[in-house]
Amino acid sequence: MIELKNAAFSYGGRDILIDMDLRLAPGSFHFLTGPSGSGKTTLMKLCYKALQPTSGLMRIFEQDVRAMGRDDVARIRRRIGVVHQDCQFLDHLNLAQNVTLPLQVSERDDEIDDSHLMDLLGWVGLAEHRDAMPAELSGGERQRAALARAVIMSPDLIIADEPTGNVDWDMAQRLLALLVELNKMGKTILLATHDLNLIRAAKQQVSTRVLRIQDHRVVLAGADL
Amino acid sequence: MAGFSSIIALFQGDRQADRVVPPSGFTARLTSFTAGAMAFLTVFALALSLATGRLADRWNAELARTSTVRISAPEGQMAAQSEAVLNVLRTTQGIKTARVMSDAEQRKLLEPWFGPDLPLDSLPIPRLIEIIETDTGPDNESPRLRLAAEAPGAVLDDHTRWRRPLVQAASRIRLMGLLSILLIAGSTAAMITLAAQSALAANGQVITVLRLIGARDVYIARAFVRRFTVRAFMGALVGTVLAMIATYFLPAAAEEGAFLTGLGFRGAHWLLPLLIPPLAAIVAFWATRLAAFRVLKRLM
Repeated sequence: MIELKNAAFSYGGRDILIDMDLRLAPGSFHFLTGPSGSGKTTLMKLCYKALQPTSGLMRIFEQDVRAMGRDDVARIRRRIGVVHQDCQFLDHLNLAQNVTLPLQVSERDDEIDDSHLMDLLGWVGLAEHRDAMPAELSGGERQRAALARAVIMSPDLIIADEPTGNVDWDMAQRLLALLVELNKMGKTILLATHDLNLIRAAKQQVSTRVLRIQDHRVVLAGADL
Repeated sequence: MAGFSSIIALFQGDRQADRVVPPSGFTARLTSFTAGAMAFLTVFALALSLATGRLADRWNAELARTSTVRISAPEGQMAAQSEAVLNVLRTTQGIKTARVMSDAEQRKLLEPWFGPDLPLDSLPIPRLIEIIETDTGPDNESPRLRLAAEAPGAVLDDHTRWRRPLVQAASRIRLMGLLSILLIAGSTAAMITLAAQSALAANGQVITVLRLIGARDVYIARAFVRRFTVRAFMGALVGTVLAMIATYFLPAAAEEGAFLTGLGFRGAHWLLPLLIPPLAAIVAFWATRLAAFRVLKRLM
């Protein structure tokens, strides 16, 4: 699904990530951890081609990222659901319109089905906020809305960058439960967090691998977690 | 044809796609106003260009087939010289008719300068002979030589000397009118490009989100392009209609062919300004499209 071979990313002459050898298999659940500023977000951005490795090989859905045109990037992003810590919405659209936006921009408007939408909003616990504007949602509600938007296209891969960063423990567990449920449906999950308790909680529910960024390298974390 | 069908599709609209870009009232009004003002100016430039074109053609046609012989002779010889000139002209190939202009006609010619009560009889006014040429026209050198021999006081004036600069001036004004239209189109494109770039910059976050969720560049560009194309079209339509109304009420062309009284459109030329709104839409379409793709290329 995602494959990096001896890949590196540098910016302004400074190495951010080096010697990356990584493979995310379909249906896997990976945590990505490491100190702030270690390059977690950079790795995430590489995975949905918001950035490109400065050297080495990287494939997303079997496609070499260097050979991708702009339309190819748009197409792979339709297969990847992204949830950011500072989830961005279109402030002039309501929740339902924001959540269905990926279908709309993929020109699959005909698939916008009200009952399906209500099921999805109900799944993330936002059914009653259907017509709310983004500014009216709390931090946790925004995270769940971002998750709903990320999964509406039934993506193969879900990338979540610190999705629990701004929410309390109960909400973090609720979001984790949703991600675990998606993984059980066969979706590949890559979740960046520095919350070790969240990782431990996940390990009790699903088989996960934990990657850690250490000295600019991505390494498999040991049993200390 | 692909570009034309894209423009047609833009006017058909896509409410869903339009919705992704927030409404922007001020730039909307600014774009419409600019397009309207430019269309207004274009109609006048077009009217000026067409009017000077008509004038140049008319001067050219009217003066090209006529010439004049001016006879300056003492009172006693005027009739004889006039007859001699007419004889020469009648036997010259390329001359259809030649006739002595009456006193009344000469008075009418001089009226604009000397008033209606000119005492023509008491003034040494030269006698004028009007010549109408055939389509091929004469070789002017041979009648000139014959006139010099048979009527020394006669001077042949084929109007070239003063016709050429008039026609040249009219042609230049027509060219300047057309150049003005091109400059107006260029300025419209530049202003719409600036407005589109400003709208794109103001919607940076919207574009980032759309790219993140898999929107193709063409989808994002279309939302902006449609908005600016429709605004430019509507603005240009209003500007064109107002300018056409204003042009309609300009004074009609005078019989004498006075330049400033013939600035309106005539006949089928009234249809030409109707091309301005679609052309403005095409200019806006390409200006916005190029600006949008330039901005989008900077994003991954």
